[in-house]
Amino acid sequence: MTQDKTPDKISLKRVIIKGLLLFLLFDLLFAPLAPLPTLGQISAYNVIFPGRMRLPYGEHPDQAYNLSLYNLEAMFASHVLADIKKPLDEYRILIIGDSSVWGYLLKPENTLSGYINAANLKVSDGRLIRAYNLGYPTLSLAKDLLILNYAIRYQSDLIIWLVTLESFPAVKQLDSPIIQHNPSMMQDLISTYSLDLNLRDPRFEIPNFWDSTLVGERRALADILRLQLYGVMWSATGIDQYYPESYEPPQENLAIDESFHGLQPPNLNPADLSLDVLSAGINMVGNIPILYVNEPIYISHGENSDIRYNFFYPRWVYDQYRQLFAEICQTKNWHCLDEWDLVPPDEFTNSAIHMSPFGTQTLASELEQAILSLTNP
Amino acid sequence: MRTNLKTGLVITSVILLIGITRYLDPVCCLTPTRPPAFYQITLAVMVITIIVILTNSIATRRVGWIYACIGLIIGLFVILKFEPLTKLVSMGLRSMNAQSVELASAIDFRWLGFSYVAFRLMHTLRDRVSGRLPELTLMEYVIYVIFFPAYSAGPIDRVQRFVQDLRRPFQLSMDTALIGGKRILLGIFSKYVLADGLALFTLNSINSSQVNSLGWLWVMVYAFAFRIFFDFSGYTDIAIGMGHLLGIQLPENFERPYLKQNLTLFWNSWHMTLAQWFRAYFFNPLTRELRANPRNIPTPLIIFIGQLSTFILIGLWHGISWNYAIWGAWHGLGLFIHNRWSDLIRSKVSCLESRPRLKQLVRLGGTLLTFHYVSLGWVWFALSTPAQSWNTFLKLFGLV
Repeated sequence: MTQDKTPDKISLKRVIIKGLLLFLLFDLLFAPLAPLPTLGQISAYNVIFPGRMRLPYGEHPDQAYNLSLYNLEAMFASHVLADIKKPLDEYRILIIGDSSVWGYLLKPENTLSGYINAANLKVSDGRLIRAYNLGYPTLSLAKDLLILNYAIRYQSDLIIWLVTLESFPAVKQLDSPIIQHNPSMMQDLISTYSLDLNLRDPRFEIPNFWDSTLVGERRALADILRLQLYGVMWSATGIDQYYPESYEPPQENLAIDESFHGLQPPNLNPADLSLDVLSAGINMVGNIPILYVNEPIYISHGENSDIRYNFFYPRWVYDQYRQLFAEICQTKNWHCLDEWDLVPPDEFTNSAIHMSPFGTQTLASELEQAILSLTNP
Repeated sequence: MRTNLKTGLVITSVILLIGITRYLDPVCCLTPTRPPAFYQITLAVMVITIIVILTNSIATRRVGWIYACIGLIIGLFVILKFEPLTKLVSMGLRSMNAQSVELASAIDFRWLGFSYVAFRLMHTLRDRVSGRLPELTLMEYVIYVIFFPAYSAGPIDRVQRFVQDLRRPFQLSMDTALIGGKRILLGIFSKYVLADGLALFTLNSINSSQVNSLGWLWVMVYAFAFRIFFDFSGYTDIAIGMGHLLGIQLPENFERPYLKQNLTLFWNSWHMTLAQWFRAYFFNPLTRELRANPRNIPTPLIIFIGQLSTFILIGLWHGISWNYAIWGAWHGLGLFIHNRWSDLIRSKVSCLESRPRLKQLVRLGGTLLTFHYVSLGWVWFALSTPAQSWNTFLKLFGLV
């Protein structure tokens, strides 16, 4: 009886201990190996599923068939841009910016890149203009720079960078979760381009050793897998965001408040805006031209619209920002467009910068003209 | 008697103690909302106790009482599974408690695992009538009915077998622990990795109208077929594994159902304990009755009535809706057709023995046909209205 039981006990212990040790080893090895960026490059998109027309982002994954993740490698690997080597007859344009570029509430074909591609424009040497949507929701120029830093590997011929004042305040540059979860990349950019941002900003999510183990990174790993699985629904439906049946239009009646992120009238100090991030973009891309576009905003005609343009902007600060934008473009000889009032108020959807398909098409037409004049001088 | 009294007292005390948490502030962790008033709980406990005592004492003399209890269980089942009725009950309960009936919703009144509890209760009541129920203490009976590993998703064990395991002295051995542990791990993998992964792109009421490609629609149907299998078999693996660790060998529920060569074999290997339950307590008694009918009903008609009604009931067990009923009818009809087909070709099957390749081919064809028949059946199961399902059928065959 005793002989029967003892080996059992010893074996059971051994099985449990061996299992635990193996798991511990695997778990701990995950931290120094840091395989997530490499794993992110392995993608079913552009292999089994068609590449996505815009970067993955989604607040309602089960309805959007899309999700927000912070692994830039996985995000770009899922994009149609990662599909093929650039064809010789392609003139490649990368469009970066915020949610209005990404196309909040818009189908992929109704975004700026969708309309520009539909126009089938050609440059003077006969190359076909193809635009790629690299917009990403959240308003921060630093976030745009982070995306651009990844995007330049894709051999672009022109960058179109859409901006709005809400992306400029220095205080909110590091608010974007994608920046916070990619601290080393952003810190590299801050150092390389001597940006006026804090390298040790507490908003950076610096992972400790335990956060980097398999257990610590389980969410990031699951997100990569989920992104691949949602490829089926993306392929089957072409849907990559949740379209609610109704939404709140932009605020028409505005508060009597002239402050803007802690700034008060009458004068806007350029030092409060991260203009250096725009310069960093120019330095980063080298010979590739960048077209900066001040994107259209909703202009309210409701209560207190004499002191504010919309929910985001008091008039004094926005007017001075436009003036500053124009001055910089002129002094630095940048290619710029100011389209702030191009789109009528009716063509905005659920915020002061999100446009309807018609509003987006109107802006796309302006951009097409600008592209042609830049490429066919 | 004394043991039963003790068990009864413990159960009553636990219920009342949970009821007392109504008077704690904030709402305690044991219940999602504040329990009902103490007098209401006491009253309910008293009524249930009286029903149990009466069932136990007079049931041998009055079979009608047992059938009344079965009727009560079915009634409760219908209330829980038929949303308009559930909402109506919720409205009634809310108005009794001076709450706004406007807030009433079908999700107010839910009972996790009641379907399985109902099956166990009806099985024991029916066996009591037929004299097949063994002598049980109250504790054994309660453990059987609410045995936690199998409580929410089965398998539906038979009390005669369950109680044998329960009464057997049990000491966890290395072998049992490994078998149980493996089953639990397999179940966790099936449910949380495979099923939940497939769930991201299985057919449902929303995506069925969004899909724009025939090929991907088939993928979504296949995904549903495998998702439901891994989900359900995963739960079963976990239950069986936990049963092993507790010395209860729960019955198997799945045996590679998608590899079966015909629908009859499929239903002998898919949710086996449910099919056995319906066979024992509905199909067999019904077909016996029909056979005994003096009007000499033809055997094919008896089989047709038996299979169709059994599977419509199985469908309705999942929820009272047209789609579940049609799903049941789909399988009942399929089984009947297979039954007739088998009869028709029985004489020709023997010639396959001398032609092994052809036999293999026929088997493969049978497996593929069965799998696709079952998968298409899931279109009724996965979607919420017959119109939606019909449209999806048309899409699947490129007709729209």
